[in-house]
Amino acid sequence: MREVDSVFWSRALTELTLSFHIIFATIGVGVPLMILIAQYVGYKKNDMHYTMMARRWARGYTITVAVGVVTGTIIGLQLSLLWPQFMEVAGQVIAIPLFMETFAFFFEAIFLGIYLYTWDRFKNPKYHMLLLIPVSIGAAMSALFITIVNSFMNAPQGFTVKGDALIDIQPFMAMFTPAMPTKVGHVLTTAFMTVAFILAAIAAYKLLRGENHVYHKKALVLTMKLGLIFALASAVVGDFSAKYLAEYQPEKLAAAEWHFETEEGADLILFGVLDDGEIKYELRLPKMLSFLSHTDFNAEVIGLDQFPEDEHPPLIIHYFFDIMVSIGVFMILLSAIFVLGKWRNWSFVEARWFRWLIVLGGPLSVIAIEAGWWLAEMGRQPWILYGIMRTAEGATTATGVEYLFIAFAVVYFILGVGSVVILHRMFKNNPIDKELNSRQDGEGSWH
Amino acid sequence: MALEILGISVLWLFLFGYVIVASIDFGAGFFNAYSLLRGNHQTLTKIIKRYLSPVWEITNVFLVFFFVGVVGFFPQTAYYYGTVLIVPASIALILLAIRGSYYAFEAYSGVSGHKGYALAYGISGLFIPAALSVVLTISEGGFVNMDSGHPKLDYGALFASPLSWSIVVLSIVAVLYISAVFLTWYAHKAGEHEATEVMRKYALIWAGPLIVSAFGIIIEMRQLNNWHYENMFDVWWLFALSGLLFAGTVYFIYKRIRYNWALVLLIVQFALAFFAYGVSHYPYLLYPYLTIHDSFTNEAMAIALVVVFIAGLALLIPSLYLVFRLFVFNKEYVSGKSDHHV
Ligand code: HDD
Ligand code: HEM
Ligand code: HEM
Repeated sequence: MREVDSVFWSRALTELTLSFHIIFATIGVGVPLMILIAQYVGYKKNDMHYTMMARRWARGYTITVAVGVVTGTIIGLQLSLLWPQFMEVAGQVIAIPLFMETFAFFFEAIFLGIYLYTWDRFKNPKYHMLLLIPVSIGAAMSALFITIVNSFMNAPQGFTVKGDALIDIQPFMAMFTPAMPTKVGHVLTTAFMTVAFILAAIAAYKLLRGENHVYHKKALVLTMKLGLIFALASAVVGDFSAKYLAEYQPEKLAAAEWHFETEEGADLILFGVLDDGEIKYELRLPKMLSFLSHTDFNAEVIGLDQFPEDEHPPLIIHYFFDIMVSIGVFMILLSAIFVLGKWRNWSFVEARWFRWLIVLGGPLSVIAIEAGWWLAEMGRQPWILYGIMRTAEGATTATGVEYLFIAFAVVYFILGVGSVVILHRMFKNNPIDKELNSRQDGEGSWH
Repeated sequence: MALEILGISVLWLFLFGYVIVASIDFGAGFFNAYSLLRGNHQTLTKIIKRYLSPVWEITNVFLVFFFVGVVGFFPQTAYYYGTVLIVPASIALILLAIRGSYYAFEAYSGVSGHKGYALAYGISGLFIPAALSVVLTISEGGFVNMDSGHPKLDYGALFASPLSWSIVVLSIVAVLYISAVFLTWYAHKAGEHEATEVMRKYALIWAGPLIVSAFGIIIEMRQLNNWHYENMFDVWWLFALSGLLFAGTVYFIYKRIRYNWALVLLIVQFALAFFAYGVSHYPYLLYPYLTIHDSFTNEAMAIALVVVFIAGLALLIPSLYLVFRLFVFNKEYVSGKSDHHV
């Protein structure tokens, strides 16, 4: 009984930490690229507003990076604390990308430190801008390496199990699993998409609040355009992810789609509720599931009936899938209409209600990220290492994890509230008008 | 050289790096809080912030590097230490999280904090080394039992052990001493005369307790007369050399001369003691359950890790050099003449 508790609370604590970390990690991956783009546009067009965008985003970024770093440190150590038996096994095969990740962090941290503290220090501003390239690469590499580890958990390879031992270990084989290309691609594109929409939401909010400055309008157009590009890319790569699942983890896809019986020409089921195994109130798109999984309306799609009961993932992941995809489609439409509207001068894209929709898009994108991870991680259950080790076998045998859960929950609450309050104060005390004026008067740096 | 020796040496080197840079950081927080209480806070705060702001994240990566590297080279440690350390390591993590983010909130936001927070910040910096130093105590053996095949930490023995308390005291005193010597040098370089004098005084104050607590541990170990004491005796000359260097640092600081040499001797002194300690711990990672030989990863992984490590260093060393040139050895920056914060 006590062991069951440990497993339950280890899962809960992992979920909590990762769900919190992923918000800051996503921002950490996306923001450097956005800063780089803004600074580049500012440099090319010689437009102070874009340079100012880069500068203000970078300032906010210092806060989210800090929370990203501390929560990342927590999860990094927590993996060994909560899943010691899993890490003992995984460490033998997949340690390389974890190790590489620390180098990526190092690299990013070093250049970020330099970038933040050398504004206007170089004679040629181009050198300062170039510092962002290693920062962006470091951030993207962090995502790449950690996602490689996660792909390994979903499609382990590069070793042979012999009794209790692992033999024939090939560390680089373990990194290039079938799950890796789609997963890495989807994680990166969704991170860029989410950050673009968060920044767009902030610009739209400022406009709604009456700071009717052309700076915010430029920011809004730039970020919505970038958002559209990355949202389209996310959907395309997301579709590849589903095709990967159909091929390699069919039970995850089947649970996500509530596809219980193997059949040809399978329907795609959206939303709905389960009543005693009956699907009700759903939206049914005929034969779409076959098409999505195999690009063929009549292809056979494997259902949950092909798998033993105790290997079925929880059916709740259906909702996570629907939430993620709906948000993805909604954001594509919203940003496409905005970009088209700007081009064709449709006045409603400047209306208050439309701007409120853009404000909503920021948090919605974050929700899509969370839903996507819950889908991916819960959909792997009951496995911690797909087909090799069950989650219950990987958990710690120590007791009392529930108290740690409470303690960490309090910490994340403080960090979450703290970062929101600080970010809010930082920009409220220093609105764009004031900063532009003081810079034009040649005043010293901001404090 | 055998790969496991290479692996543990690299990890030990990074842990040493963390011990030094983190000590400076933790000690600085404490001195800052203390000077706030004393009311002479303006002199110190500026100088401390100027050093810490661009580097605190880099400090953290040293720690991450160490624990990720250990699991890579010695996967079994994840199982033993992961299971027994769950409470002490979680405490350290929580303190690190609160402390790190609070620092960033205050330093980067331009929103100035509150006296109470600064105090909490300063004090938490002393609890973190205390919590982390428990690992050293546990590794000596005698605190972990096997309970139906799984390792379990014996908290009663841990709290009752004079050795564990001596290690805690040493870790705190070392933090204060290392930090004070470093900041003396840094303030001197910045031309902040007043701050230099204050830090010099702290360095001299903490030198005494440092040497007393270091001897305390040796005596403790001798009384236990355990395996480790005998091994330490074999490398007594390293410890003796370290003691000599310590005397050198104190001499320079006392005479107010050659602060840069004082700092160099300090680092070498700690490096010698740290490596002598590590060597005498050989071959155990956790006495008597884990040695570096039987917990070592497979050969393919070990070679891959070493290759990645060398490639990584080729990337890092030039970048670190750049940071030091810009922020630590750059006179303009150190003396506060050039401030280019975003
Ligand atoms: C802004 C966030 C976002 C948006 C709009 C989408 N996704 Fe997504 N999705 C993610 C964020 C995400 C993620 C957080 O990045 C996940 C979690 C794990 C992973 O690899 O990526 C993910 C996982 C994930 C998986 C599971 C992969 C696996 O478990 O191996 C599939 C099948 C899809 N996505 C498919 C889609 C499709 C068809 C979308 C159509 C628009 C879509 N996603 C939009
Ligand atoms: C189990 C999963 C994860 C672990 C163990 C982990 C570990 C860590 C660690 C240790 C840090 C702090 C590094 C430092 O000290 O600088 C960190 C920060 C970071 N992580 Fe995670 N991470 C995980 C998931 C992710 C994912 C999925 C992403 C990207 C999609 C990500 C992206 C980042 C980024 C970009 C940072 C740097 C902080 C920032 O820029 O905001 N991490 N992570
Ligand atoms: C290095 C990559 C990763 C590792 C080693 C890892 C490890 C684990 C482990 C050990 C569990 C517990 C098993 C379970 O109960 O599901 C888990 C679950 C979970 N992970 Fe991952 N994870 C990784 C990446 C991520 C990332 C990047 C996220 C993003 C947020 C994430 C989110 C979750 C969530 C939400 C759960 C809970 C699922 C559930 O309820 O069962 N994981 N992961």
